[in-house]
Amino acid sequence: MPTEPSPAATDARAAVAAALRDVPHVPGAPKPDPVLIADDVRRMFGGVNAVDVDHVEVQRGAITALIGPNGAGKTTFFNLLTGFDKPNSGKWTFDGRSLGGVAAARVARAGMVRTFQLTKALNRMTVMENMRLGATAQPGENLFAALVPAVWRPREKAITEQAEELLARFKLDTKRDDFAGSLSGGQRKLLEMARALMAKPQMIMLDEPMAGVNPALTQSLLGHIQALRDDGTTVLFVEHDMHMVRHISDWVIVMTEGRIVAEGPPDSVMNNPAVIDAYLGAHHDTDLGDDALLDDAVLEQLRTEDEEAR
Amino acid sequence: MDWTRILTNVAGEFFAPTTAAYALAAIGLNIHFGLTGLLNMGQAGFMLLGAYGFAIATIAGWPLWAAVLIAIAAATIFALILGIPTLKLRGDYLAIVTIAAAEIVRLVGRSTALTELTGASSGLRGNQYKDTFQDASPFDDGTWALGPFEYAVNASNSWWIRIVGWLVVALACLLVWLLIRSPWGRVLKGIREDEDAVRSLGKNVYSYKMQALVLGGVIGSLAGILYVLPRAVQPDSMGRSMTFFIWTILLLGGAATVFGPVLGSIIFWAVLAVVKLTLRDVVPTTILRSEQIEQFGWIIVGVALMVLIIFRPQGILGDKKELAINAH
Repeated sequence: MPTEPSPAATDARAAVAAALRDVPHVPGAPKPDPVLIADDVRRMFGGVNAVDVDHVEVQRGAITALIGPNGAGKTTFFNLLTGFDKPNSGKWTFDGRSLGGVAAARVARAGMVRTFQLTKALNRMTVMENMRLGATAQPGENLFAALVPAVWRPREKAITEQAEELLARFKLDTKRDDFAGSLSGGQRKLLEMARALMAKPQMIMLDEPMAGVNPALTQSLLGHIQALRDDGTTVLFVEHDMHMVRHISDWVIVMTEGRIVAEGPPDSVMNNPAVIDAYLGAHHDTDLGDDALLDDAVLEQLRTEDEEAR
Repeated sequence: MDWTRILTNVAGEFFAPTTAAYALAAIGLNIHFGLTGLLNMGQAGFMLLGAYGFAIATIAGWPLWAAVLIAIAAATIFALILGIPTLKLRGDYLAIVTIAAAEIVRLVGRSTALTELTGASSGLRGNQYKDTFQDASPFDDGTWALGPFEYAVNASNSWWIRIVGWLVVALACLLVWLLIRSPWGRVLKGIREDEDAVRSLGKNVYSYKMQALVLGGVIGSLAGILYVLPRAVQPDSMGRSMTFFIWTILLLGGAATVFGPVLGSIIFWAVLAVVKLTLRDVVPTTILRSEQIEQFGWIIVGVALMVLIIFRPQGILGDKKELAINAH
């Protein structure tokens, strides 16, 4: 039951689709207006090539999904791009600026903000304090300016208003003064995303935003992510939920064993035999929650396996 | 048993210079641990450095303000040396390095190679460096009594050191109060909770941790000056046990609070005085000699610290709700 998309959303989506129409469906395909371009990014863990990306471009203003099996190097690639890990080799530019080897904090200040697979809400701070921390250009974050409230109060007021707006959008406004640690897992995911948006990033990178979120909340999270694109923010996200990937992404990049093996719009990628072999499996369209799986023959087989295991 | 005398002595501890010095040292540690989550196990090292810096500079003929600046500079350099290699690593490394570094300061201070400068293990006598501080007093010499409390106005364990000491403590509390409510304090709190999250929001975590380490260390060095002004610079009296007393005081009063360190210090020294004075009156010397009572007092400190951590980890003033959320 997806909600009816607003006209603005359809426009943005159509515009991105039009821009990406002529892009070839091959790994490393050049995009008409890339915001992120990475070349020869490699990261070894011992003898294992965790990330081995020759070339990749991310289209500005689009929602790009990064999918692949567990251990494909998606999160490691995220960590490298955002400065949380150092590559063995490689360079990449974000909005024309070279960001290879730049510290995480400076990557964030350059406009590329990320969230984490295991949510990092600051538990013993209130929801509002979490939000305020996400803001930029607060002079009171300087030790000496901090001692003179008159210097930072005006900015604090603006930040608080911005935070209240975002909290309302993410339906967290009633939790404003609660400790973040008292929120549910899904609410913490929302808070983390809202906090990242406080910096008004040009590009937001979400690491499994839907993991552990209940279906109703998923629906609204999808809406939030699409709203980001409609506001002109570039979104790159890692996700295993194929319904979500199909539903909202404009472009899909598939990684396995550290390499990019396929690229393209969701429908074309999901019918790509290489992707089905490596990741999706032949039955990715069948609902595994189907009751048919519980028929007698299957149950019998499970029982035999169980007995053999003993 | 002379209850009046005991109570007077205990009440004297409430505003003794030592209580102020420990409160100030705990305020410094509170900036490290309570605000930023840094495990500094060598606060006594900062105090000893401050004391040496002040005393040696004064003996060399420097004026009061310059000697204090030397103490501050010494603590700053010490914090930088400790922080540069460790603050990029996990928190435990700072703990190991600080406890070792504080011991190094003490052992170097008491080594005979530096006898001319530090007086080696016998230390520096108070008379050598007290004059500039006492001369700065606007009051006339003599003694003065406030109710049962009678102290010299300027000399040694004086009213003057009490006034200055508690004034400095008050200023430090004001500083922490301002910082804890500021965006700067908010970043520190975020670092205490999760460094990577704060990093992902564009804050230079390393720089903030360094600022906190230096600021808390400088406050520790001022505490060191306060501590030695009514006595002597004795390296062996400013070792590991001093660091652990400061930790006890901080945890007793409540970390991450403004007045916790002050309340903790007052209670710590008052309770210790009650225990020691009462035992001296009650227990015959055939069972516990006077110096054994002294030791017994420290045993009580250890037990109190354990009981505190188990039953009231947030301390007296801490927010239990804040501590209860422990999702790491």
